[in-house]
Amino acid sequence: MFPTPIEKRSRGAQVTYQALVPLVLIMWLLPLLAVALFSVRPLADFTNGNYWGMPTSFEFFTNYGKVFLESDMPRYMLNSVLITVPTVIGAVALSCMTGFALGIYRFRGNLLIFFMFIAGNFVPFQILMVPVRDLTVSAGLYDTKLGLVLFHIAFQTGFCTLFMRNFIRALPFELIEAARVEGIAEWRIFWYVVLPLMKPAIAALSVLIFTFIWNDYFWAIVLTQGPDAQPVTAGITSFNSQFVAQYHLMSAGSIVAALPPVAMFFLMQRHFIAGLTLGAVK
Amino acid sequence: MSTAQSDMSWARRNRMILTPLLFLAPGILFFAIYVIIPIGQSFNISLYEWDGLGEATYVGIGNYQELVGDRAFEISLWNNVKWLALYLLAIPAGLFIALFLNQTIVGIRLYKSLFFFPFVLSQVVVGLVFSWFYLPNVGLFDIITGWFGIDVRGGILGNPNTATYGIIAAGLWPQTAYCMILYLTGLNAVDPEQIEAGRLDGAKGWRMLWHVILPQLKPATFIAFVVTIIGALRSFDLISIMTNGGPFGSTRVLSFYMFEKALSEYGFRMGYGSAIAVVLFLIMLVFIGYFLWQMYQDEKAARR
Repeated sequence: MFPTPIEKRSRGAQVTYQALVPLVLIMWLLPLLAVALFSVRPLADFTNGNYWGMPTSFEFFTNYGKVFLESDMPRYMLNSVLITVPTVIGAVALSCMTGFALGIYRFRGNLLIFFMFIAGNFVPFQILMVPVRDLTVSAGLYDTKLGLVLFHIAFQTGFCTLFMRNFIRALPFELIEAARVEGIAEWRIFWYVVLPLMKPAIAALSVLIFTFIWNDYFWAIVLTQGPDAQPVTAGITSFNSQFVAQYHLMSAGSIVAALPPVAMFFLMQRHFIAGLTLGAVK
Repeated sequence: MSTAQSDMSWARRNRMILTPLLFLAPGILFFAIYVIIPIGQSFNISLYEWDGLGEATYVGIGNYQELVGDRAFEISLWNNVKWLALYLLAIPAGLFIALFLNQTIVGIRLYKSLFFFPFVLSQVVVGLVFSWFYLPNVGLFDIITGWFGIDVRGGILGNPNTATYGIIAAGLWPQTAYCMILYLTGLNAVDPEQIEAGRLDGAKGWRMLWHVILPQLKPATFIAFVVTIIGALRSFDLISIMTNGGPFGSTRVLSFYMFEKALSEYGFRMGYGSAIAVVLFLIMLVFIGYFLWQMYQDEKAARR
């Protein structure tokens, strides 16, 4: 293990290290802790200039209650769910199929198609913006959740295909050969042999795509407009103009908006990190 | 040969071609409509003057000629260079934190997750959090720098000389967390025998890191490079949230300037916007080409 395990160091080094880690962590998360502190303050604290002292009262329920009851926040959150979940399902379903095709079969153009997916996944959004917006408007899908979902599915298929194909490549190929010798139809091999083995990849991709799409901001402002369809990342800006300079509410709103992917991460940590670091180890 | 047999056999004989084709069809269709074709369309639109609604007028390379003399474009391009160069700091910073945390004390798993957790936040939230952090006079950043007698006029984000760096620092926060997790995973897989061998040869500290550990972390470093460079050139959300391009247009980058030109109150110049997007695309293409070439080398090595 590198660096040298702390257990092998002196007692003093161990104690220092154990004290240092939480200290560094607090510094690392300082901007966030500040927002958390803001979000439980009463308004009076800000008007009196008490930004960083003890809160004069603990207003957790008032502030967060206001976010949920006196703003469009719940609608934006619901929109985010209704955009994110179908995208996850669609992109994962499509890429299970493309990953299977590119990972198992040898045919001319296999690598070319694979590289097309990878390259497309890296392009700047702006090169797609005008045509995609045009397409969405002319399909009558501007300012709808469906319009966003369709685009997200298509774009995420690039990354998902990269992921799935490499995952399938690492599966033992003998399984598929054995199934072919048995005379099993190719689509049955997909359904009964490969798909069950892909469960970890599906779980990892699902949490990753959930986070990516939940956090999308650019396409939300390009393809949607109002509280009918806008997800929470875009909605938070209108929320902030509703409560301008009321830092306690804006902070509480941001925390609420950030919570679902954070919860997803802590609940599905193993899958999340396995997904993010695929390929980081040969 | 009976008819039933030949009937079945066409599909069966060609199943190794048909199956992948059918499995690929929906994915390729979606990807072509929303990604591949629009790239070509943007190239085309960049040759027109178009407000997005009325008739488009063909202007040839007129938009590109206009770009050359456009001061705002120049600033944006220059800011993109700053983003690229400074964003890469996330890689050594991530490695450093990973080395710091690669221990087994009680609760280290939770510490690692908490260090990683800024990456899970949306850039919008990161942007808001940091713009409050940077608030002049009352923001924590201003207070802490004030202890050392540093006072940035107008606050970090209000001052054209510092605003871009302030935004990049905010972007480095989640990006460093990402690089950290890549390296933690990489460090986990480092071969202990090679470390032992290195120790016997008298290597330790930096020399060990440089000659024994880093070569084994190469795959992690490659991914860190890819995601950091792409992330740097994609920067948009933070700028939009934290400064909206200001003060005085000093924090614009190409992605943001394109959006401003094509789709904001500054006018609907789709052609000019597309020309900016094409430039950004070509810059990215250099990196994408390099990444693909690297992956192609790996593929060739892994051919079975």
